[in-house]
Amino acid sequence: MNAALGLARRARWRWLEMAFWIAAFAAILMPAGAHLILNEIAILALFALSLDLILGYAGIISLGHAAFFGLGAYAAGLMCKYFAQEPLLGLAVAMAASGLTGLLSSLLVLRGSDLTRLMVTLGVALVLHEIANALPQWTGGADGLQGMVVGPLLGRFAFDLFGRTAYAYSLATLFVLFLLARRVVYSPFGMSLMAIRRNQLRASALGVPVNRRLIAVYALAATYAGAAGALLAQTTAYVSLDVLEFNRSADVLLALIIGGAGWLYGGIVGALVFKILQDYLSSSAPQFWLFWMGLFLIVLALVGRERLRAGMRGALTWAKA
Amino acid sequence: MATILFDGVAYGMLLFVLACGLAVTLGLMNFVNLAHGAFAMAGGYVTVLLMDNWDAPFLACLPVAFALPAAIGLLLERTLYRHMYGRSHLDQVLFSIGMVFIAVAATDYFLGSSQRNIHLPDWLRGRGQVMGVSVGLYRAFIIVLCGALAFGLQAGLMKTRFGSRLRASVDDARVARGLGIPVGMVFAATFAVGSGLAGLGGALGTELLGIDPYFPLKFMIYFLIVVTVGGTSGITGPFVASLLLGVADVMGKYYLSSALGGFVIYVVVIVVLVLRPSGLFARAR
Amino acid sequence: MGESMTASALETEALAKRFGGLVATDNVSFRLEPGARHALIGPNGAGKTTFINLLTGVMNPSAGRVLLAGEDITGLRPEARVRRGLVRTFQINQLFDDLTPLETLSLAVSERLGLGGDWRRRLGAAGSIAREVDRVAARFGLADSLGLRTDTLPYGKQRLLEIAVAFAASPKVLLLDEPAAGVPEAERRDILDAIAALPADVSVLLIEHDMDLVFSFARRISVLVDGALLVEGEPDAIAKDARVRAVYLGESRHA
Repeated sequence: MNAALGLARRARWRWLEMAFWIAAFAAILMPAGAHLILNEIAILALFALSLDLILGYAGIISLGHAAFFGLGAYAAGLMCKYFAQEPLLGLAVAMAASGLTGLLSSLLVLRGSDLTRLMVTLGVALVLHEIANALPQWTGGADGLQGMVVGPLLGRFAFDLFGRTAYAYSLATLFVLFLLARRVVYSPFGMSLMAIRRNQLRASALGVPVNRRLIAVYALAATYAGAAGALLAQTTAYVSLDVLEFNRSADVLLALIIGGAGWLYGGIVGALVFKILQDYLSSSAPQFWLFWMGLFLIVLALVGRERLRAGMRGALTWAKA
Repeated sequence: MATILFDGVAYGMLLFVLACGLAVTLGLMNFVNLAHGAFAMAGGYVTVLLMDNWDAPFLACLPVAFALPAAIGLLLERTLYRHMYGRSHLDQVLFSIGMVFIAVAATDYFLGSSQRNIHLPDWLRGRGQVMGVSVGLYRAFIIVLCGALAFGLQAGLMKTRFGSRLRASVDDARVARGLGIPVGMVFAATFAVGSGLAGLGGALGTELLGIDPYFPLKFMIYFLIVVTVGGTSGITGPFVASLLLGVADVMGKYYLSSALGGFVIYVVVIVVLVLRPSGLFARAR
Repeated sequence: MGESMTASALETEALAKRFGGLVATDNVSFRLEPGARHALIGPNGAGKTTFINLLTGVMNPSAGRVLLAGEDITGLRPEARVRRGLVRTFQINQLFDDLTPLETLSLAVSERLGLGGDWRRRLGAAGSIAREVDRVAARFGLADSLGLRTDTLPYGKQRLLEIAVAFAASPKVLLLDEPAAGVPEAERRDILDAIAALPADVSVLLIEHDMDLVFSFARRISVLVDGALLVEGEPDAIAKDARVRAVYLGESRHA
């Protein structure tokens, strides 16, 4: 096999991928009923995809990724409430705001060890939560941001109770950003990220400017998370403080781990499984969901993701053939 | 001003007792145990339950608040934690978050989600005069007790045989094993003591901070801050870091409004991180 | 610091590294000529790896300077030095276990071609990277292994990949840190041949314990003992030098 062929082959679209996206878009046309949860899945999928960029590709463990999600949600909410009702405008502003915040906080995140990173990512989310809490005149505080009137998408498609427009909007956003992420991941830049994650020392010994690349992907991931937050704000016309809480960061981490970090579809698969499980398990006492999540995490950690991944890989190659 | 400083020192001392176990186990096993706060919570709830249901005197609860989490810690270490030592940081994070979630969920389910408080014995209530400064008696008690603990821990670390084995294992576990030091036992004992201290801290902190099922999550950040700022190569680092943070937090909340004051701690952390990314007491590797 | 006819490929001036009271590198003034086949030998603990780390920028010196083709690079980060043509291999393989040699080599080549930061185009869309990867793989006998996971390759092939990756970064100066270490006898030939076939315009500094390799490869040998340069010269002279023999014989006496 020569290099050109090998490189082309690794980036090509598999038929399973195309089938998945076709099915996802086809679901828009389904009779009303499931669109609300599909919308939630799409939003979580985008959020998990953003975490995959930094965790699965660059190897940065974040306990506070909700910081960017929440920032995007509030940015979109405030944009809608005070400036313009067009959702796409709010989405753009949210992405810019969270991207900028990601860029600034990456300078802190990348100083020091894995442990410091955990603390800084956690701290950034906490600080933003404190800020949101301390400014109820802007954010609505504990009551949440009220009075959002979200305009029709592109001036034509209004959001309604059934969520069809919401799902289409979220899915389209997810798809576009996914395409971009796919391009990035298979580019030379993406290759350098994968190297950095596995062996930072060696990557730098090959001329990779490690910090610059990490800052770039962190900012990009923050942009994506902000987009997910904006989608939530706009499709539910409400933002509350829980968009910045630790639970959000833990949920998205778990969703990504379920689906598997580092292969780009992990966030989507994980979001699907996570939401279905959550629906099923939290209908009983709410503490049960937390308990089962905890148990799952412990078992997963003990058994080892590699062993699970090897098993899944076996199943996938069978499906791909 | 002196009173505020005094309060800050008390808070810092409490933080130290809570977090030093985490610092030592991290330095020793390179294991990020985010569930450390769960042991503190256990100590706090033990105290609350003993005092509420059996009218136990406060002081009598303290040894139990140490012993029970220590025992639980020992059990968990030998059964579950030791399998995670060589694993990636991500796996350790996932594991310990899982433990916190289970602890929080179980506590919430069995003991309810409202915050609990205790009634201090009369001799610990009220204020007194120390060197002309008006101080809270309970805070004075904390400073004395935690200070004695810190002193005792440092002495134990430096002067006992166990302490030197611990220091050797922290420095280089492989070499320590080669010297015949039972590193596994050192790990287990240290983990137990660290968890016990956290439990004691949780019990002491109930009066100042209140106890509820979400305590481990709420205070996770403070433990992490103490450990990253103070370093993990001993207990003097976390001690100084805890004092610094305790004083900064209390003074910040007093002199600025309560909303703004909460940020002082984060500003301090950012400054430390920018100037000394490996913490204030980084050890040369 | 005497007069020199041509600029050295790599040079250090009074390079030193102290860890508290321990002197790991002791006032080393070293010169690597362009096109050199230079070996650095010394007993265990002599400080060879520390020296390499100082040269590559992984560690900062306590004193002294490092010059690459006459340019002072002492303050530069490792990746900047690689861009200027100073590349090393590692004594223990530092490879990306679950990536393929194809991906690893493509990374090295794309960084060198300045395409590493390109996030828009597919890796390999420009044919230049693929062509160069094929060339490097062929040179090191890795053409058949390109699509396999690195950690499934036999150790000798991994070692070859370790060198190939460094070579793919287009070095002007190549630091080989014990390239034959741990390689089974059957696969050593490939490594030795690959090293012998390195282009003449690449200046090579070899760190090795294997004396056969050292004496068959080197035109010049430096001996490092306790962090300081003991003696330097042509292989024959070094082999006969009494001090060198004392160091090595003395070492085996203590063993």
